Amino acid sequence: MNIIVLIKQVPDLVEELEIDSSGKDLDREWLKYKVNEFDDHALEEALLLKEDQGGSVIAMALDGQDVDKALYAAAAKGADRVVKVTGVGENPSNHQAAKAFANAISGMDYDLIFTGVQSVEDRDGQLPVLVAHYLGLPHVSVVSGVQVEGGKAVVHKEYGGGMMAELEVDLPAVLGIQAARETPRYVPVARVRRAMRGTELEEVSAGDVDASAGSEVARMFKPETGAGAEMLEGSAEEVADKIVGILKEKGIV
Amino acid sequence: MEITRHIFRNFPEWLQIAFYVVGFATIFYFLFSSYKIVQKYRKGRPAGRWNNFGARFMKALGTMAKHSTISKRNKYVGYAHWMIFWGFVVLFIGTVIVALDHDFLRFLGFHLLKGNFYVVFSIFMDVFGVAFLVGLLMMAFRRAKKPPELDYTRPDMPKDKYDRKPYVTDDKIFLWLLFLIGLTGFFIEALRIVGDNFPPFESYSSPVGWSLAHVLAILGLSAKADSIFLYTWWFHAVMVLGFIAYLPHSKAMHIILDFVNLMFKDEMAAKRLPKVTEEKMKEGMGYLKLEDFTWKELMDFDACTKCGRCHVACPARASGAPLSPRDLILEMRTYAETTAGTKEWFMQQESNGWTGKKNPAIAGDVIKADTLWSCTTCMACVEACPVGIEHLTTIVNLRRTLVDEGTMEDSLQDVLMNIGDYGNSFGQSDRMRAKWTKELDFKIKDARKEEVDYLWFVGDFASYDQRIQGISRKVAKILNDAGVNFGIMYEAEKNSGNDVRRIGEEGLYEMLVEDNMAALEEASFKEIFTTDPHTLNTLKNEYPDFGGNYTVKHYTQLLIELIKSGKIQIKNKLNYTVTYHDPCYLGRYNGITEEPRELLKLLGVTVKEMPRNRSNSFCCGAGGGRIWMDDSKLEKRPSEMRIEEALALGQIDCFIVSCPKDYAMYSDAVKTSGNEGKLVVKDVVELLEEAIL
Amino acid sequence: MKVLIVAEHLNGKLEDITFEMLGKAKELGTAEVALLGHNAKDMAAQLGKADTVIYMDSPELAQFNPDTYGKALKAIVEARQPDIVLIGNTSMGMDLAAALSVDMNMPLVAYAVDVAPDKVVSSLYGGKMNVESAVSTPFIASVLAGAFPADAGRGEGSPAIEEMAAPDLGGAKVRFKQLIEPEGGDVDITQQPILVSVGRGIQNEDNLPMAEELAGKLGGAVSASRPIIDNKWLPKTRQVGKSGLKVKPKLYLALGISGAPEHIEGMKDADLIIAVNTDPKAPIFDYAHYGTTVDLFDLVPALTSKL
Repeated sequence: MNIIVLIKQVPDLVEELEIDSSGKDLDREWLKYKVNEFDDHALEEALLLKEDQGGSVIAMALDGQDVDKALYAAAAKGADRVVKVTGVGENPSNHQAAKAFANAISGMDYDLIFTGVQSVEDRDGQLPVLVAHYLGLPHVSVVSGVQVEGGKAVVHKEYGGGMMAELEVDLPAVLGIQAARETPRYVPVARVRRAMRGTELEEVSAGDVDASAGSEVARMFKPETGAGAEMLEGSAEEVADKIVGILKEKGIV
Repeated sequence: MEITRHIFRNFPEWLQIAFYVVGFATIFYFLFSSYKIVQKYRKGRPAGRWNNFGARFMKALGTMAKHSTISKRNKYVGYAHWMIFWGFVVLFIGTVIVALDHDFLRFLGFHLLKGNFYVVFSIFMDVFGVAFLVGLLMMAFRRAKKPPELDYTRPDMPKDKYDRKPYVTDDKIFLWLLFLIGLTGFFIEALRIVGDNFPPFESYSSPVGWSLAHVLAILGLSAKADSIFLYTWWFHAVMVLGFIAYLPHSKAMHIILDFVNLMFKDEMAAKRLPKVTEEKMKEGMGYLKLEDFTWKELMDFDACTKCGRCHVACPARASGAPLSPRDLILEMRTYAETTAGTKEWFMQQESNGWTGKKNPAIAGDVIKADTLWSCTTCMACVEACPVGIEHLTTIVNLRRTLVDEGTMEDSLQDVLMNIGDYGNSFGQSDRMRAKWTKELDFKIKDARKEEVDYLWFVGDFASYDQRIQGISRKVAKILNDAGVNFGIMYEAEKNSGNDVRRIGEEGLYEMLVEDNMAALEEASFKEIFTTDPHTLNTLKNEYPDFGGNYTVKHYTQLLIELIKSGKIQIKNKLNYTVTYHDPCYLGRYNGITEEPRELLKLLGVTVKEMPRNRSNSFCCGAGGGRIWMDDSKLEKRPSEMRIEEALALGQIDCFIVSCPKDYAMYSDAVKTSGNEGKLVVKDVVELLEEAIL
Repeated sequence: MKVLIVAEHLNGKLEDITFEMLGKAKELGTAEVALLGHNAKDMAAQLGKADTVIYMDSPELAQFNPDTYGKALKAIVEARQPDIVLIGNTSMGMDLAAALSVDMNMPLVAYAVDVAPDKVVSSLYGGKMNVESAVSTPFIASVLAGAFPADAGRGEGSPAIEEMAAPDLGGAKVRFKQLIEPEGGDVDITQQPILVSVGRGIQNEDNLPMAEELAGKLGGAVSASRPIIDNKWLPKTRQVGKSGLKVKPKLYLALGISGAPEHIEGMKDADLIIAVNTDPKAPIFDYAHYGTTVDLFDLVPALTSKL
């Protein structure tokens, strides 16, 4: 069973985000990038399926900052092939990214395409279903359980509060992964280094990326935070007293 | 009568021959068994311990003669074992002299064992024979009182799943066999004296035998003395030969092995962990098969006498974790024996699942992952072991395998990823590392840009933890006011890697070393100091293996220098009574125990010592990555036990620490153990600050 | 402006997002609601504020299915030619919006917190940045749950119902099998008047009883943010947040919760929010009414003893 996992690098939110001089984008000079956490889950689920049932996993990412490292880490985790899609330009929209992936994938042999259900940078919609429709494939997104039997996948789609729907999908299909069945595995630095020396990083052209988000960014701004909480000061005893006072005032106790 | 001993007294010739036949057969069996054991060790990798052979030999000889490692913190056992040891040695040498005289020198025309030489010889044998028996009785008495060290209960398996009665049997056989050998020796002597009709010289050359002979005579055994002598002699001989055959298959092995083990000890064991070679990295990190261990580690497994000191010292075991250093070593011994085919005659029996497997994973099946992850790497086991076993290196090497496989708690995984991505265990941006300095009213020099005398390697906790940032600022202010020329590396500093290495993520460790050394190269300084003993340990002891040679000091050492040279003036003496907790990585690992105490005394403070102090300090439980793991399954946290140890001293104003992790752990422990208000946790520098106001 | 919204329903009940979008649609112009289902026509009575309800019935639409719903929605959009399509940025919505965008070549702007005829404001980067997109009709906006007030869209009544025949939905490559309910028997936190909610700051499963005691004294229950549920310290039925449950209690006491956007989404409508977190910069303080940086391990026992 062959699974292609699509990986996207996104800004690491650990840093303070600043807006650049144009007022329309993040100041990307000091930004660190990391793999979208849901794509980590997508890769993990793919690897677990491969370990269960055999087959191969191809990790694919668009050319960008620190992408090589992400692909080598995927190889170190167990991906059989790692592919970089080149020529898609800087900071493509998700429509463009999806088209680029679709172009790169066409001609490949696969049963499933996994990618993370969403990322922090999805202004023009989430990737899984965009890719599915550029490829004309069936899809289910927000998936947290995948079983594959005889040419079909049985998946659990998450709704809120623990409710789930069980759906059956004909293969090949695209799944937007919310959570892998296990926490994504740790890959020791030594293995990544070994992968860097021993793995071939394939490159594929994005081809004709004739897709567009259909809208432009007019401006970017920090959200107004509300007035914020009234902070209660003092020792634990004093604050506890104040809270009891508030609760009595509101008629809660 | 001639002053001598009649060897093989009254034996017919065939009986003497029979003795030699049995004797040689036994010795042959002993040599063969020993050969198999040595072959087992030779399966292991080189250990690099053949350096300075002469010095090693002399040092081990001295340790053995003085019994320094056994007497440490246990004088009773020290004395008892000293007597058993020297008793055995003298009796053994005595027997060798007898054999030499009778089987060899006699044919050259010499006879040593006569006259004054024989008298002295015989007195020595009697005196040390008594010491031998007394020592053994002291040990038997101790054993009967069931001290915690000798409790063989395993912390990692339920009681019905294993059987250690064979160990107890071995213990009993070892002790009582030796005792019987000694006792029958005296009986032989006595029977001989009775049979020879009390030759006068025996009254001063064999005082014990002489007295015992009178007792036997009173009991009316004089007539049958000769025949009883023969049987007693053979009984003694069979027990001795039995002991020789038994030695390589029991704890008696320690008689020979432990001297050797001490001789090949690495003084830097655990402080400086071994690198992983390139080729090993290709096969897989850590120890996957018996041949991956060094011969010294294989020897370690056999050297253990189950004395239990490591078991009792271990903070993980004390807190209810499934780790006992003793049981880890014994389990590895069982594995080595099963794999290499050497046998103990009284092996532990258990069914923890690996003995049935075809290819059990050493890390995971033989030693469970939970056990390995429980270790705080405090080194109490290595420090306590009288025979030079290096448990910690084995634990880290097995952890390397677990890391390679990804078998670890999610929270630990997250921390390693954070350290890999951001260079710190807090998962915060590297640019925030020096944010703690913003509240100071002066700017700390950037050692990358300006030359400084001292480079302050701050460390993660002292930089990112809010509570400890306060301590860092105090240190900075005091040094600045004292005119010390120091600087930090700001965001170029990364986690020093000490704990990363001890978790077993050697690849990440090497990456951190590379990055830190590159940053240190860029900076200009004379010496490094740090408030973090973990950082100190790896910078001082392990970075040299990678080419980084620096002078590294603890901040208490620096502060004392400044006080002594007058750069810091103590304005008011503090009237507190405090207790000082030696951080594992400062005291036990690096021997820095007196400077912090000296510092406290200079402040006028009275220091009351906890029972476990200096190199016997009791770990707070944070090391080895434990601070990033779930401790909810522990019965009682080590840090809480330590607070109780401090409270038992009576009225103590402050619990003094000199390590960021200790500060964090003990501040929490005071609260979670319900002792808030009874004890205040303070860093040394907080008292210093008060004293110089 | 002709606005078409896609009604979301599960287990026979219309989700709040439907009303939130309906209210906004009415603000923008005429509101048509695409209601897909099977024997679900009487749900239209709840959509009183709508100008028209386009009802499409088919057994293949009885339960949500990306394939059949996608085809059905496409048919409705082709027929009705709306200026703006509003779809929830929800589990169901995520399977519909992008599909429609690609198949109908319409622009799509997601994570919308505000929609206008020529622009959409999205909340991105974990809630840290808002992005205003300039867009021309016709376009699709995928709306964040809770961005608009549900009350603006609620109202009983009899909207005009136009029944539209479903297109050929046979041969669907995705098939609905069953709904899986969470392990029941536990507390329904959406019905609790008071919630004592725990996050990472609780540190340890052992510390839950402390929160439970406080919840008991207050007459409420314990809920939690995602990390606690992931650790399996509490069942999923206790999870508050985007992938958990939305709650609106009289009192929401957040202990050691940092306030990630996904969590905020689940509780920001609570009447009184009191947050306890040692980090003064924790985002939860932006949404709480009262806050304190006192250590929860000191505060909770103190509070419990005073009640």
